Amino acid sequence: MRVALFVTCLVDLMRPRIGFAAIELLEAAGCEVVVPETQTCCGQPAWNSGDRAAAAALAKKVIAEFEAYETVVVPSGSCADQIRNEYPGILADEPDWHGRAVALASRVYELTDFLVNVVKLEAVPGNFAGSITYHDSCTGLRSLGIKAQPRALLAQLPGVELREMNAAEECCGFGGTFSVKFGEISAAIAERKCTNACATGAAAIVGGDLGCLLNIEGKLRRMGDETTRVLHVAEVLTAKE
Amino acid sequence: MESRSRRFKSNALAALANPVLQGNLKMAKGKFVDKRAIAIKEIDDFEGTREAAKNLRNRVLENLDLWLEKFEENATARGATVLWAKDGAEICRHVVEIGKRHGVKKAAKSKSMLSEEAGLNHALTAAGIQPVETDLGEYILQINDNEPPSHIIAPVMHKGLDEVADLFEKTHKTPRKTEIPALTREAREVLREHFLTADMGISGGNFLVAETGSVALVTNEGNGRMVTTLPKVHVVVTGIEKVIPTLEDLSTLMRLLPRSATGQSISNYVSVLTGVKQPDDHDGPEHLYFILVDNGRAELVGSEFQDMLRCIRCGACMNHCPVYQTIGGHAYGWVYPGPMGSILTPLYTGIENAIDLPHAATLCNQCGVVCPVKIPLPELLRKLRETQVETHLRPWFERLALKGWAWVASHPALYGLGTWFGVRYLKWLAGGKASIPVLGTAPGWTAGRDFPAPEGRTFREQYAAMRAERRKSS
Ligand code: SF4
Repeated sequence: MRVALFVTCLVDLMRPRIGFAAIELLEAAGCEVVVPETQTCCGQPAWNSGDRAAAAALAKKVIAEFEAYETVVVPSGSCADQIRNEYPGILADEPDWHGRAVALASRVYELTDFLVNVVKLEAVPGNFAGSITYHDSCTGLRSLGIKAQPRALLAQLPGVELREMNAAEECCGFGGTFSVKFGEISAAIAERKCTNACATGAAAIVGGDLGCLLNIEGKLRRMGDETTRVLHVAEVLTAKE
Repeated sequence: MESRSRRFKSNALAALANPVLQGNLKMAKGKFVDKRAIAIKEIDDFEGTREAAKNLRNRVLENLDLWLEKFEENATARGATVLWAKDGAEICRHVVEIGKRHGVKKAAKSKSMLSEEAGLNHALTAAGIQPVETDLGEYILQINDNEPPSHIIAPVMHKGLDEVADLFEKTHKTPRKTEIPALTREAREVLREHFLTADMGISGGNFLVAETGSVALVTNEGNGRMVTTLPKVHVVVTGIEKVIPTLEDLSTLMRLLPRSATGQSISNYVSVLTGVKQPDDHDGPEHLYFILVDNGRAELVGSEFQDMLRCIRCGACMNHCPVYQTIGGHAYGWVYPGPMGSILTPLYTGIENAIDLPHAATLCNQCGVVCPVKIPLPELLRKLRETQVETHLRPWFERLALKGWAWVASHPALYGLGTWFGVRYLKWLAGGKASIPVLGTAPGWTAGRDFPAPEGRTFREQYAAMRAERRKSS
């Protein structure tokens, strides 16, 4: 199966290795991976800030770049949701574009969802060993139902011990531009998340959305925790340690 | 009530630094969230019931005027008087007039959020009528110089026991008590006197039942019963959107309301009050008035914010909101806090008076999944943000930054160049460390946490290099 990877702007900028891990996982599942070169951002920051025009411009760009592919995979629940569930609404007033948005929407998958439910990956390539706890990112969880999928993949690694934290489904306080506009509130919410995660004693906090992970990692380090690792699920699934 | 929503940010910082509030918030979260989670399991089809409640509330909103007329007709037939109020000032005028007509000196009140919207207590006092709040929480706020509530169903959740003990000692001039049962006993004694001497009872209304002209009251303390049956005059002040067609609809909503609010299967008291006292009735008011209030609601009918009118004021959205859990209710600055308040406050007090509120949410949708009438709260918050952009209410630098960023993101080559520099700059700032403690371009972020350092080269760079490598070797 030919799959186009939407890397996401945060992965491009901050953690390219997540993008490469996603490619490795997709190839392990027998996919041919294409990375359209002109991609940038899905437009979520604009949409969530209320700038419909900017969000629409970027939505059209993504649609034009990706509609030729049968399947699009995204290593982020919130960006996948943006394309799947928000684009049609953003372009509701432009019938032609709306149609193209709808046609693309159902072919866009969050990475772990695609690996478990579409290509049914049964041999993850990594050999990560250690205790982890999993943070369920809000949009992936509540809009796309991402919950069992990453856990099913992690369960394929015999060395992984999953220790569920209290309130794993609670927001980490990231919220995109919220984290900058209301930094103190955002950081206080992140502190609760870190406290819950650290109470498990797990060596790594794992999640599927880089925004949340940067927030959690930043808070952990500020709290003086230099050892707990913060990893994207794709990194764990492909780690060779 | 005057809005302090403009000062959201400084209000929130004060809340973060308030240890009593922080302790109470932590406790309340366990109480509300955990109890609700258990209570909703008692219903076989909780999701189906939510859907039914949503549909029945929508049905009302589609023909709100007709249902209100029906309510008015049936309430009037049972001896009540129905009055209409456009805004807070009209509520106050009506209540004061009713008070004067019946020679009222003292009004006992059970909880009414509309009376908060209107600042009714001030108006009554000015007219020489003494208002006495009889909901324990509201009473505590009243004797503390009319402090505003911080939660719609737990108005004093920000207060500590010590503070209440001090207040009681000072107000009642009794020896200081520190045990909760002793304090509530004292409140009861004080309030009983008021119930017996009040000439008018003022209550809110959880629902107005159109087919019978009744008001349904959902309370836990029993004060609602006293207020609505002992005084000779009873005034119900509630919003026009509270009308529902039938008693059967009431039972559907009652399956959801207490469970969503406090995690109770049923609240301690549910009263359905219909008409004035009849000759063979033991109790009840001789005069019953309904003041049905618009105060911004009618304008929402048919608008893109109509869904908000389904709200049944359970408080679940704030109980589950990570932001509310962190700063409590006062920071929001008006009558309604949390997600529903961040939507209602700008809609009812003017969007320009509550600029921060629609942004003070992570859009995590925890509120949306617990709301018993399925209001898409994050979506409405986002729409308000859009309205702010459309009406040029956002600061110019934010608008410029967004436009600039979106323009660059639409030009891949330029974007590639920008990110090429960006990651190198961040890497340089980190100076070989794993994270950046102070980031001048995003001071909000680093106020309370570090900014993790980037890898150092963008994905697109690395990917292009890898592809070139592969091409060379093949
Ligand atoms: S918006 Fe929904 S959850 Fe919030 S108070 Fe209203 S009914 Fe309850």
